[in-house]
Amino acid sequence: MIKPEIYQALGLKDEEYQRIEQILGREPTHTELAMFSVEWSEHCGYPSSKKYLKLFPQKGKYETLVGEDSGGIIVDDLAIVFKMESHNHPSQVEPKQGAATGVGGIIRDIFTAGARPIASLDSLRFGPLTEPYNRYLLSGVVDGIAFYGNCLGVPTVGGEIYFEEAYSGNCLVNAMSIGICKKAELARAKAVGVGNSIMYVGSSTGRDGIGGCSVLASAEFCEGEEKRPTVQIGDPFTEKCLIEATLEALATGHILGIKDMGAAGLTCSTSEMAAAGGVGMEVDISLVPRREEGMEPWEVMMSESQERMLACIKAGHEEEINNIFEKWDLHGVVIGKVTDTGIVRISDKGKVVAEIPAQSLTEPVILDLPFERPEYLDEINRLDLSKIPQPQDYNEVLLKLLASPNIASKARVYEQYDHMVQTNTCVLPGSDAAVLRIKGKKWAIAAVTDCNGRYCFLDPNLGARIAVAEAARNLVCSGADPAAVTDCLNFGNPNKPDRYYYFKNCVEGIIESCRFFGTAVVSGNVSFYNENPKGAIYPTPTIGMIGILSDLSHRTTQYFKNEGDAILLLGETKEELGGSEYLKVIHGQVKGLPPSLILGTEKRLHDLLLTAIRSGIINSAHDCSEGGLAVALAESCISEKPLGAEISDLSLNLRPDILLFAESQSRIVVSVPPGQVIKIEEMAQKDKVPCRVIGKVGGGRFKILKLIDLSLDKMIQSFKGALG
Amino acid sequence: MKFGVVVFPGSNCDQDCFQVIDKVIKQPVEYIWHKNIKLDSFDCLVLPGGFSYGDYLRTGAIARFSPIMSAVIDFADRGGLVIGICNGFQILLEAGLLPGAMLRNKNLHFICKYVELKVENTDTPFTARYKKGQIVRIPIAHNEGNYFIDEAGLKELKKNNQIIFRYHKENPNGALDDIAGIVNKKGNVLGMMPHPERSSEMELGSTDGRLVFESIVDRLKK
Repeated sequence: MIKPEIYQALGLKDEEYQRIEQILGREPTHTELAMFSVEWSEHCGYPSSKKYLKLFPQKGKYETLVGEDSGGIIVDDLAIVFKMESHNHPSQVEPKQGAATGVGGIIRDIFTAGARPIASLDSLRFGPLTEPYNRYLLSGVVDGIAFYGNCLGVPTVGGEIYFEEAYSGNCLVNAMSIGICKKAELARAKAVGVGNSIMYVGSSTGRDGIGGCSVLASAEFCEGEEKRPTVQIGDPFTEKCLIEATLEALATGHILGIKDMGAAGLTCSTSEMAAAGGVGMEVDISLVPRREEGMEPWEVMMSESQERMLACIKAGHEEEINNIFEKWDLHGVVIGKVTDTGIVRISDKGKVVAEIPAQSLTEPVILDLPFERPEYLDEINRLDLSKIPQPQDYNEVLLKLLASPNIASKARVYEQYDHMVQTNTCVLPGSDAAVLRIKGKKWAIAAVTDCNGRYCFLDPNLGARIAVAEAARNLVCSGADPAAVTDCLNFGNPNKPDRYYYFKNCVEGIIESCRFFGTAVVSGNVSFYNENPKGAIYPTPTIGMIGILSDLSHRTTQYFKNEGDAILLLGETKEELGGSEYLKVIHGQVKGLPPSLILGTEKRLHDLLLTAIRSGIINSAHDCSEGGLAVALAESCISEKPLGAEISDLSLNLRPDILLFAESQSRIVVSVPPGQVIKIEEMAQKDKVPCRVIGKVGGGRFKILKLIDLSLDKMIQSFKGALG
Repeated sequence: MKFGVVVFPGSNCDQDCFQVIDKVIKQPVEYIWHKNIKLDSFDCLVLPGGFSYGDYLRTGAIARFSPIMSAVIDFADRGGLVIGICNGFQILLEAGLLPGAMLRNKNLHFICKYVELKVENTDTPFTARYKKGQIVRIPIAHNEGNYFIDEAGLKELKKNNQIIFRYHKENPNGALDDIAGIVNKKGNVLGMMPHPERSSEMELGSTDGRLVFESIVDRLKK
């Protein structure tokens, strides 16, 4: 008789255990119990989120492909495969290895789809840097991303970093990877064809990371608990060899299906490949290459040792495939075969240790969880502007904002990442979006991640809509047409109705925005239980978005280019300070409602700017986000060759602090040659986008009306020194 | 004329070098797997950047024992042109084809960014297309680029004009005497930390590195 303590320790609830007995018609073995526990965990089975995830638009303006482990879009004869995934809890426990294996895992999801990984982005959240542990986390996570990504030769081209109290004790590490391959060469994560071989490839199996996904990713942190043994250790050199070997082996055409052994290792890959192919599988785990003696069958099935994959090989071609993996000093061992039973049968030296219908493993109970709007929001959403005193010295305020870690230059971080390897990065990190060329093509890719967790905390639906809109706006500023989305949904404990309220509303916000922009959600990941003893993190639905430049020559950066160019503001500043960086940094308040967003207005702005960029009249474009117009203008000045700016006309009847620092949406700062002002004004009028010449580039200083007058050196010092 | 790009397990700039030779300067080029030891058909060998053997143990320390390395040494002894970029430079140091050693960057971090270099010696097969004293922009991307050599060795390098590139204005990694690239005494083996293959096409922001490859072509055509 299985005692409740045993299945509870594996993270299974009573009703889940009863269902397991029902499915099997008997008591489960320990191995079976372990397999169900990981497959039905939040990390693999998404029981708490599936109900809403089904609602994401899977079709958009680009042809989409939604695979088993990743998704993408089709652009002429190529598939662009991309996905984002969290590695939050492992990184909080062991920042370097946690982040490193996060990068390794997401990259495996890309090349097991048959695509060569061409870029990564990382979206990170930490508590304030005033706490030493948070500084340790930041440096460890950055070190881990660099350690793994640099060695692999996959450039880390972008991402974002935010610091908020809410992430103290539970940092967020969301890694996104992008790959490309010929459309016809896409690989699936399926087992097919009775009698074909199941091959284990890659590194050997040890005890590292056992139960990582059920234990670490599916429960809250409690103080004083030791969780280090559940974090995996990454070996980027092996993964680099695995990329080359896998792509070489896939090119033979004899691999019919292939899947990463990430979360839940062999359990996940055997059952999900069998279920996806509608077949059964017989596997003898005594054949699995080990790096440790005396491992129990359930340990082999649960191990999350990194850099391993499972492949389905056309019978008769095993040796040819094995030779390729051997060339790269990797294992390629046949451990089983495809059957027609629909059952995953795991044996160990002839003794059956698990016998489960594959489909049942991939069908966790879908929960319908209760949600409730937190009462505290009423109070927090109330912001009385008359009670916010206006600053005396706007120079000082701007310098403080530029030095705020959320706004300050991230060069110290991205310079630790190899962001140029593969020689495709045509817009380097630091601008609105990274732009990557595709060798041999005229068109190019832009990529970005975005989410303002503070906005989502104040209003989850609006915050999520803004995250999508801003990601799209960043892409447009770089000259790209927003194409499709991956997301990484980071939330607290879903069993608490106030946390679940945030999840539900953020998902609905993403759906609304994505439908409007025609950007399908092609892949993604959910991370619940992001809490610390003080409460939940800010709801953080990170959006990763890909855009397409029809011509690489349209690529545009945020930096002013020429003295004398006219500076224009497209869009409208409104009386909005809720949730702003200004309100937090200068007045110490997180209050109000996020800035308003009208999707139609946003879309018209995108269309206008893209048309203008394609007609060749735009010299720079930069979206107004954290810190508002003043920060956007300052950032446009600070390039490798800094240029001053003189802003002389904002003529709006608003408080100066609102004029400068409001984070009103749907605004972009552009610079154009003086002779092109009329042209863009005409275009804006036609497209019904507010457009105003506000000043000009040059003058050696940074001046806004009579409010701000600063030397470039001083601004650069604040902007670049903060994360030093 | 034929270039060969050596591929060690873990090399990750091999395809970038191949691309520049094949598509930009349009010369015949082949990959050479590190277990291959027949180099007769090649005129110039490129040891590319990356993380051969994951940089485990010490950067370049394992790759120098790859079967191909004794053939590379013979090739260089016979006067063949060899260029080692970044990890390739580190391997050449470990193999003894170039003098000195690499320490970790002085800030103990990986650094990836554009740097300015001064071309110190144009009388080599790798730099004839530059002007002496020319300042060029070529990116670096490494953890161990802090070049070191003992006093006598440095004197020797200077005496023989073996210092080819120096960091200009800012020394990013602490390299002794701002050294970014050197040749052997005979002048047919170049090691450089910056990546010329990353700055050979205008789309990427600089073409200053292309002259290294074009200089080699000039020499081989002679």
